[in-house]
Amino acid sequence: MKNEWPLWEIFIRGQHGLSHRHVGSLHAPDAELAIKNARDVYTRRNEGVSIWAVEAVHVAASSPSDKGPYYEPSESKVYRHPTFFDIPDEVGSM
Amino acid sequence: MADVDQKALLQFLLRLGDNTLVLGHRVSEWCGHSPVLEEDIALANTALDLIGQTQLWLGLAAEVEGKGGDADSLAFLRDAWDFRCVLLVELPNGDFGQTLMRQFLFDAWQSIMLGRLIKSSDARVAAIAEKASKEVAYHVERSAGTVVGLGDGTPESHDRMQAALDYLYPYVGEMFLSDDTDAAMVAAGIAPDPASLRDEYDALVSRVMDEATLAVPEGAYTHKGGRTGYMHTEHLGHILTSMQWLQRAYPGAEW
Repeated sequence: MKNEWPLWEIFIRGQHGLSHRHVGSLHAPDAELAIKNARDVYTRRNEGVSIWAVEAVHVAASSPSDKGPYYEPSESKVYRHPTFFDIPDEVGSM
Repeated sequence: MADVDQKALLQFLLRLGDNTLVLGHRVSEWCGHSPVLEEDIALANTALDLIGQTQLWLGLAAEVEGKGGDADSLAFLRDAWDFRCVLLVELPNGDFGQTLMRQFLFDAWQSIMLGRLIKSSDARVAAIAEKASKEVAYHVERSAGTVVGLGDGTPESHDRMQAALDYLYPYVGEMFLSDDTDAAMVAAGIAPDPASLRDEYDALVSRVMDEATLAVPEGAYTHKGGRTGYMHTEHLGHILTSMQWLQRAYPGAEW
């Protein structure tokens, strides 16, 4: 539909010190209203302290069909996981 | 404080609480019917804010009345002639634009009124105003933005918004009328004279309407009778019929 408002991806920072997290998407005619709509749709249960809105067309995304060449090569490279270190007890939980 | 006429204070609180109750109910009628999902949720949030404010205003009114009632009994067990809301909030929703125009005309008044009530000599009134003013600051930002967006939108949306303003504007004046109740509130330092809010209101409304490319109608005629209870619109009875039906049919029902 030509009359439909553009889609915006919404990111909310749950509390200070955390990063913004993608929470969903919504329609809005412009950036200002995207923020307002996000306030009404995604923060009504006290979820956030900050909102980012990014128009969905500006999000570059990888293609699902790339998953072979993109992700499978790392499956056999267990040495990339830092599981070969002995962690002293004093460190506590990591 | 001690020598405030409690009857006048009750009237004053009913006026505030009935405004938010009736408008909250009106706005809630959009739930599930708005043109887009995002606006639907935003309007439902506004309606819930208004009903929340109603609980506070009518809760205090019931306390002042001292007859053992509460906010619910005032909301659901009074008949139309006991309501003290302004006529503006009773008017039908019309189209989405008319609803948002009514919302802005009310939000603008409420935001200014609450700003004054924060300084009320009655700490209970000041506390409610403080809490509500944050909600209302958002309401007026949102409704003003929508009025501008639709007013300065397409020829169709512009015409609808102008028609909405022409229809609703004659109901604006009632919010600024003063009577003995208001005089008693002014004397006690509880609330400002409504008439004293008019200049600030006119400045805000004309700024937004200019931006929305809408013309504020000329003429000082105002419909009145709601806040005094003298005569409500025919719409109020219909609102109460659906709003109060459950408590009337099943007295004391809870869930």
